[in-house]
Amino acid sequence: MFGKLRWSAIPIDQPIPLITSVVVILVVLGVLGLVTAKGWWPYVWREWITSVDHKRIGIMYCALGVLMLVRGFADAIMMRTQQAVAINAAGYLPPEHYNQVFSAHGTIMIFFGAMPLVIGFMNFLTPLQLGVRDVAFPTLNSVSFWLTASGALLVNVSLFVGEFARTGWLPYPPLSEATYSPGVGVDYYLWAVQIAGIGTLMTGINFVTTVLKMRCPGMSYLRMPMFCWTTLSASLIIVAVFPILTATLAMLSLDRVFGWHYFTNAAGGNPMMFMNLIWAWGHPEVYILVLPAFGIFSEIFPTFSGKPLFGYRSMVAATLFICVVSMMVWLHHFFTMGAGPAVNTFFGIASSVIAVGTGVKIYNWIFTMYGGRVRLTVPMLWSLGFIFTFVIGGMTGVLLAVPPADFLVHNSMFLVAHFHNVIVGGVVFALFAGLDYWFPKAFGFRLHEGWGKAAFWFAFFGFWITFAPLYVLGMQGMTRRLQHINIEEWRPMLYVSAFGVAVLAVGVVCQIVMLVVSIIKRDELRDVTGDPWDGRSLEWATPSPAPFFNFAVLPNVEGEEAYWGIKLRAIETQQLSPEPKYEPIEMPVNSSVGFYTAFFASVTGFALIWHIWWLAGLGLAAAFAGFVVFAWRDVHEFHVPVEEVARIDRARRAAREAFLARLAQQGALP
Amino acid sequence: MSDTGLPAAIEALRRVREDPHRLGHRAHGAEAPVEGAGHGATGPANKRIVVGYGFWIFLLSDIVMFSCFFAAFAVQRDATAGGPGPRDIVELPRVALETGALLLSSYTCGLSFAATNARNKLWTQIFLLITGLLGLAFVGLELQEFISLASRGITPQRSGFLTSFFGLVGLHGLHVTVAGMWLATMMAQVQLKGFRREIIHRLICFNLFWHALDIVWIGIFTIVYLMGSGA
Repeated sequence: MFGKLRWSAIPIDQPIPLITSVVVILVVLGVLGLVTAKGWWPYVWREWITSVDHKRIGIMYCALGVLMLVRGFADAIMMRTQQAVAINAAGYLPPEHYNQVFSAHGTIMIFFGAMPLVIGFMNFLTPLQLGVRDVAFPTLNSVSFWLTASGALLVNVSLFVGEFARTGWLPYPPLSEATYSPGVGVDYYLWAVQIAGIGTLMTGINFVTTVLKMRCPGMSYLRMPMFCWTTLSASLIIVAVFPILTATLAMLSLDRVFGWHYFTNAAGGNPMMFMNLIWAWGHPEVYILVLPAFGIFSEIFPTFSGKPLFGYRSMVAATLFICVVSMMVWLHHFFTMGAGPAVNTFFGIASSVIAVGTGVKIYNWIFTMYGGRVRLTVPMLWSLGFIFTFVIGGMTGVLLAVPPADFLVHNSMFLVAHFHNVIVGGVVFALFAGLDYWFPKAFGFRLHEGWGKAAFWFAFFGFWITFAPLYVLGMQGMTRRLQHINIEEWRPMLYVSAFGVAVLAVGVVCQIVMLVVSIIKRDELRDVTGDPWDGRSLEWATPSPAPFFNFAVLPNVEGEEAYWGIKLRAIETQQLSPEPKYEPIEMPVNSSVGFYTAFFASVTGFALIWHIWWLAGLGLAAAFAGFVVFAWRDVHEFHVPVEEVARIDRARRAAREAFLARLAQQGALP
Repeated sequence: MSDTGLPAAIEALRRVREDPHRLGHRAHGAEAPVEGAGHGATGPANKRIVVGYGFWIFLLSDIVMFSCFFAAFAVQRDATAGGPGPRDIVELPRVALETGALLLSSYTCGLSFAATNARNKLWTQIFLLITGLLGLAFVGLELQEFISLASRGITPQRSGFLTSFFGLVGLHGLHVTVAGMWLATMMAQVQLKGFRREIIHRLICFNLFWHALDIVWIGIFTIVYLMGSGA
């Protein structure tokens, strides 16, 4: 009746997962209880759960991502402390638990922390920057988000029903085959990532179409902000490689459930085929993360340097170059496979060459600052920290791209230090910079600057104190994923690294305090003009927070840096452009299909993990029924009456006029 | 069938609205940008272009997924583990019949859209029905093949080669089955809702999907069956 599910799946005898589970369940119940007690359900349902507004979906993605970053960070603390106390000792995490911790850490950080945040920014920003009202497929967008949330739910359910994979963030066979991993851990991984991956694939399709087909009048390709270019490139990579992930995970599932032989080490299965397939997805995946991060920096540097982006066209070329070459480097993840010198040379050179595109970008950002009026705000601090950190991470990457050198430090702590150096220094720093930069656009008030700066400095030094020792340990021969260590010489560096994670934790606390303080002081931090940073792209032309239709009238773009041109003209003539003729606006109606789909995806996923076949069938049938019902709906859009449009836009214009008057009073106008 | 009984002017307006590119009606080259085509100068594309464009992107991703299963087949083609090889499992007469059914279904699918363009509900439904029946025949023949193989002990559990064979062919069969469910839903929608804008958009997507499955089948027919029978 319940497949492999038994009462023994709940870890009553293991204190750490048990206590965590109880706390998580209590917090979730507390939040749900609060929403119920306050009667917020209609609001939450109407404005968030069923919303197809790209800004709301973007914010939900970011919230999910931040939550999962904290969850993944808890795993990180456990790993670093375990390695610090388990030197010639057992430590406090038994091996099977430690293996789950590092597997969950990687899976959660990449799939449910970094990816939702990156996609959240793509969602929130791209339509605003392109000067349009929504993405190409708003309802599909909601489905994408809820599928990602469903995947995140399944990963976290594994904490208190069953177990998680012990096979690393990519489940290499034959270890991940049913013979060697008979439990449900790998199945949790497979179905959580599969469901979230399908959501991501649909996001990719959505954003390729949005950028190529949904731009406001005059927004030709070479007038798009850099972030839109990086969204396009990342989405193109998603469309090209996420199907590979889907296929590979499906193959491993077939092996595990039905005893097929794709990747087994018997009967003609081929484990190395898994390595090739998974990394043909996995390497481009890191560029899916880092290209939008580059896009975020390309927005922040010009704004806080008071100059246009240096070398815009070379930036576009470098982005597209990385987009293409990212799919030609995957073999550097297993130079030791034995493919021979010719193959290794090709991939070694390709892996080094891709750094050229990144180098072009780094110089462009530095030259953007050169001669500008640089303001050292919180987003700018993260960006400067990024340049320093990422350049070093990139150089250790080029070192690893040389096959003979890679043979020496392959699978060592050096590698761990390298990829944290680029992913934390590149992606996570960008996400924190972006959160600070666009927070006022999302919520109408800025984040507290002092706490933001404190968070940056603790995170920056915390990062380096944690990971610099790992480079040394890697060079000394320490391999990754060790549950205990019996080499006394590594003790000092492991202690330094554990201290570093404590400094990082202070940074995390500062971020949380920053959020709380900013909410309390929101009236002082209010952004009244909609343009708190003296921005240059179209999202700053809207009030903060932006109205649900973004633009009362679609802007007509006449050059690069669309909003900067509009702003200069207003300041020169000391007046706004004449009031446009308002027209009613058509917007897509809310839809519960995303939530519905995710509900049945979670149920089906859970059923497949535990081999509850009748429930899986029921879930699939219900999902199909849901799609048919959705396809039958007759109302797709609602009209915003012209008075409503005019009222909202006139308020925006009044704020801008007040701003101009304030400038005139200060004698700042020409 | 082309006579829809509408005045020519309305017909012309409809065509421009539905096909702003005027494909086949104007020469390519530098011209004034077309309203609704989604080019930078004119603002967002209209719904029909956006839906079709998005579906093309989806098809590309679907073909990437098939390419993984093709790659696995290429890698494991000789991994028979002492069991049956390609030559032992291919029965060309049945495959010829399957291919005939599927190719013919693509033709009738095209005819159904010609009828949709003429807003003729009856012929749209007739051709969709024929398409569906031919698809059903294809899936039935494939199931028969799988069952007969299994009865001879030839199952995916036997070897890496058979795993990749059943995986690739089965994935295509699954696609045709799902497309068949979509087709049935579309027939019901056409019948009950008529040729609304969004229904026509869905029919466009369905047509693209059905033809794409045909193209994938050409690959399977050639690489798995024809090359297998000669191996």
